[in-house]
Amino acid sequence: MPAHDVLIIGAGLAGQRAALAAARKGASVAVMSKVHPVRSHSVAAAGGINAAISLDDDWHSHAYDTVKGSDYLGDQDAIEVMCSEAPGEVMELEHIGVTFHRNDKGELDLRAFGGASMKRTAYVADITGQAMLHVLYEQLMKHHETVELFEEWFTTSLLIDEARRCCGVIARDVRSGAMEAFKAKNVILACGGAGQVYKPTTNGLIVTGDGIAMAYRAGAPLMDMEMVQYHPTCLVETGILITEGARGEGAHLLNAAGERFMEKSAPNKMELASRDVVSRAEQIEINEGRGVGPNGEGIYLDVTVVPRRRTLEALREIVNLGRDFAGVDITREPIMIRPGQHYIMGGVKTDADGRTAIEGLYAAGEVACVSVHGGNRLGANSLLDTLVFGRRSGEHAADRAAHMGMPEMDSGARLLEDAAEIEAIIERPRDGRRVSEIKNELGELMNRYAAVFRDEDGLQTALETIGRLKEESQNAWIDDRGTVFNQDVLGAIELGYMIDCAEATVISAIERKESRGAQFRTDYPERNDEQWLKHIDIALNGDGAGGPQVSYSPVTITQWQPEERTY
Amino acid sequence: MAESHGRPPEPFTLRLRRYDPESGEAPYWDEHTIELEPHRSVLEAILQARDRFDGSIGIRCSCRQAICGSCGVRVNGEPALACHTHLDAARRSARDGVIEIEPMGNMPVIKDLIVDMDAVHWKKIQRVTPWLIGKQPVPEREYLVPRESMVDVTQTMACIQCGACVSDCLAMEVDPLFIGPAALAKAYRFVGDPRDDEHFVRLNDLAQDQHGMFDCTHCFKCVDACPKDVNPMGQIMRLRRIATADHHIVDQNNGERHEAAFASLIRDNGLLWEAELLPRSYGGNSWLGKFHPRAGKELISSLPSIVKALLRGKVTPMGALKPHRIPKQDLKSVQSIYERIDGRDRSSGQRFELNLYIVGEDEPPPPEEPVVAAVVAEAGASAAEPPGGLATEGEQPAEPTSPEGSTSE
Repeated sequence: MPAHDVLIIGAGLAGQRAALAAARKGASVAVMSKVHPVRSHSVAAAGGINAAISLDDDWHSHAYDTVKGSDYLGDQDAIEVMCSEAPGEVMELEHIGVTFHRNDKGELDLRAFGGASMKRTAYVADITGQAMLHVLYEQLMKHHETVELFEEWFTTSLLIDEARRCCGVIARDVRSGAMEAFKAKNVILACGGAGQVYKPTTNGLIVTGDGIAMAYRAGAPLMDMEMVQYHPTCLVETGILITEGARGEGAHLLNAAGERFMEKSAPNKMELASRDVVSRAEQIEINEGRGVGPNGEGIYLDVTVVPRRRTLEALREIVNLGRDFAGVDITREPIMIRPGQHYIMGGVKTDADGRTAIEGLYAAGEVACVSVHGGNRLGANSLLDTLVFGRRSGEHAADRAAHMGMPEMDSGARLLEDAAEIEAIIERPRDGRRVSEIKNELGELMNRYAAVFRDEDGLQTALETIGRLKEESQNAWIDDRGTVFNQDVLGAIELGYMIDCAEATVISAIERKESRGAQFRTDYPERNDEQWLKHIDIALNGDGAGGPQVSYSPVTITQWQPEERTY
Repeated sequence: MAESHGRPPEPFTLRLRRYDPESGEAPYWDEHTIELEPHRSVLEAILQARDRFDGSIGIRCSCRQAICGSCGVRVNGEPALACHTHLDAARRSARDGVIEIEPMGNMPVIKDLIVDMDAVHWKKIQRVTPWLIGKQPVPEREYLVPRESMVDVTQTMACIQCGACVSDCLAMEVDPLFIGPAALAKAYRFVGDPRDDEHFVRLNDLAQDQHGMFDCTHCFKCVDACPKDVNPMGQIMRLRRIATADHHIVDQNNGERHEAAFASLIRDNGLLWEAELLPRSYGGNSWLGKFHPRAGKELISSLPSIVKALLRGKVTPMGALKPHRIPKQDLKSVQSIYERIDGRDRSSGQRFELNLYIVGEDEPPPPEEPVVAAVVAEAGASAAEPPGGLATEGEQPAEPTSPEGSTSE
């Protein structure tokens, strides 16, 4: 049985950064991912990474912007950690090879981004995530002797011993179909968010909430699950993301009358207000009949105001996306966009070292909720989150591993159970619904009722429907009876993960009877600090028989008292 | 492409190459008809077929926007990302109106459209020491490097490792050990990076390897195949130029001599003198080259080809002994290119480069806004004006420094 000091599930930026950190501390490390590492969805992060590296900047300013962006729901101690460690983290990435864009002096160039009080976003054209992910993978290739890679292995469950400690996982080799138990002193979840719960979403097909659901099922509380970010600029038809870097470079948002409508809701920052504010403003224009396009369901993003040469150099990817996926040359004409699901601020509740409520289980990146993003994440803070908390988790787990023996646990029963469950899915009779049908219904449901604007009735409808979909998913059938690359059966397992995430989101959204950050309740349109300046935690207690239990935890405030939020 | 947007859904038929490794059966074709708007992607069509008709169709995919690099396949025989190929375009290029989708070439098939990239692609990537070996001492803040150099290596950084170029590499079909377009483009990412401290070691390694940079046959297949404009062949040519012109690496594959022979034959005659090319490539770059033992050996081993060419009338004994002739003024024009190149200021390290990355391919830039990198100055000098006489308006200058050939058979 493979046994490691630190076993990392997921090989995006958080996972790879954790692996490097743990390996540098001398731990034996394994990284397991259901896809090849460079396919991880970090690859799609476009615009850049925030850090107060400019000599006239100060990390306190970055931290304040982040706190304000979070609508004061972010934990300020964790935000201070993230922002103060940001410059070092960016320099580290530069030193190992990320090809950050330079200014004329040869220093890192910085671009403007939403919700930031000055230019502090370092970038590689508009492929920053890709460049960082590929450079980290270069490092994993370099350190192949100390970091073992299990590429295309799908994790089915976490191994939790009787003392409620995590001591490994059960996983399936996607290529061969073989099931195996992996022993580990520590497991770090770094397997991303749950964007596929929504349709459309900017997130890849692999982003199915695996880590969130596995931790939740193992008894770890989730936090801030109601906070779902809609990105203001997604292609109308496909939901494909157009980077915030476009607005950072100066692009305008226009309604059907050609007005820069952001002056109504954010007269100072205009298009560069934080994402929740911009998405809401767009949705109001659309809802009130000022949208563009045949059905009036879009908004114009006008990049033509950016000098063409600058667009071709610094926004190349979206020039291609516009051309290939919308038939528009963005250097010549405006492109139609609308808000679309992009990121979940919530996740597995952790501290600033990535520790969850389960001993030996860590989480970092979008799967986790530290909480540094609170009610709304600032653009270009997610790459930073993955690096800082990926590294901290890796280091902490390696330190912990140095002082303990390999856990003794009989994993045989769980291994058989998981294998049997997969067999049972494959054998299901074809009298229920297809997995793909249920997934589509779930996505459309969430995008309708748990989106930019929410209310009690809609959320209750969503909750009831999720209950039905959960039942239907128990006997949803698939076609593939094979073992080699049976993606069909993995899809059925992922559907279960997604339904758990959706349920946690809707229950938390019903619970929060106020409007804050990404959660806007039309029936409670004001922020209510007196009652709701607190996190909503949700957990399955004991064997989960009692269903999801909601509780609260306090928001940590260090130096910034809640104020009215204007941009 | 724009004209297809806004059109209603219509039926498209896909013919998928299926293979089930557990069945013991040979690969077979499987047809499905789906309905989608014509500008939607081939991937969306495959996913619709999978969702509605057969969940066992195997294909790797995730982002649907040509950035994760998972869904490399062959569409009507040509390598492509399924998510980056429009249905109407795919139908236009189909033989019989049915869009044919197969797994990529040059790599073993695992199941259906899924190939074993580890066995080929990633192995080759690992061959080129694919990580930065940073200059020492590491600075406290960032390495200070020219703005242009980072934009330049971002072109190869933009490679999404999809394998499309590997799938279509003709040289790799003949020599499976060829390091190949993706890995050599990755190598340029370090050779072009001023922060890297091992340029010579890397270049020498790739020049001396007989499956290395001189194994490329300059066929442009990878340039066409690449969905991200990485231009792998162009990066290979840049490796060769830097190895030979800047580092003076004389390789055991005769690559450096071959380039020198090619260049001087054209300077002297205006056209290539094929019969002289081979002896000079092996024996040294002069008329006496053919008397060098290396050249003799190579001539003997090439005798069958020479005899065949003579028998088929491709060459005549007289033609082989004398160079081709072109009008005097044409020869003068060719030689003026050489004069311009030789006369450039070498101390600035400036090299004329054909770099289409930032330029895009759509239209000439408006005159008041010169597009960056039409001519990139390698060592960080700002983008120079196009050398007059070499470029006409709206076109890129020809690439005159090094008329590449190839030593591959």
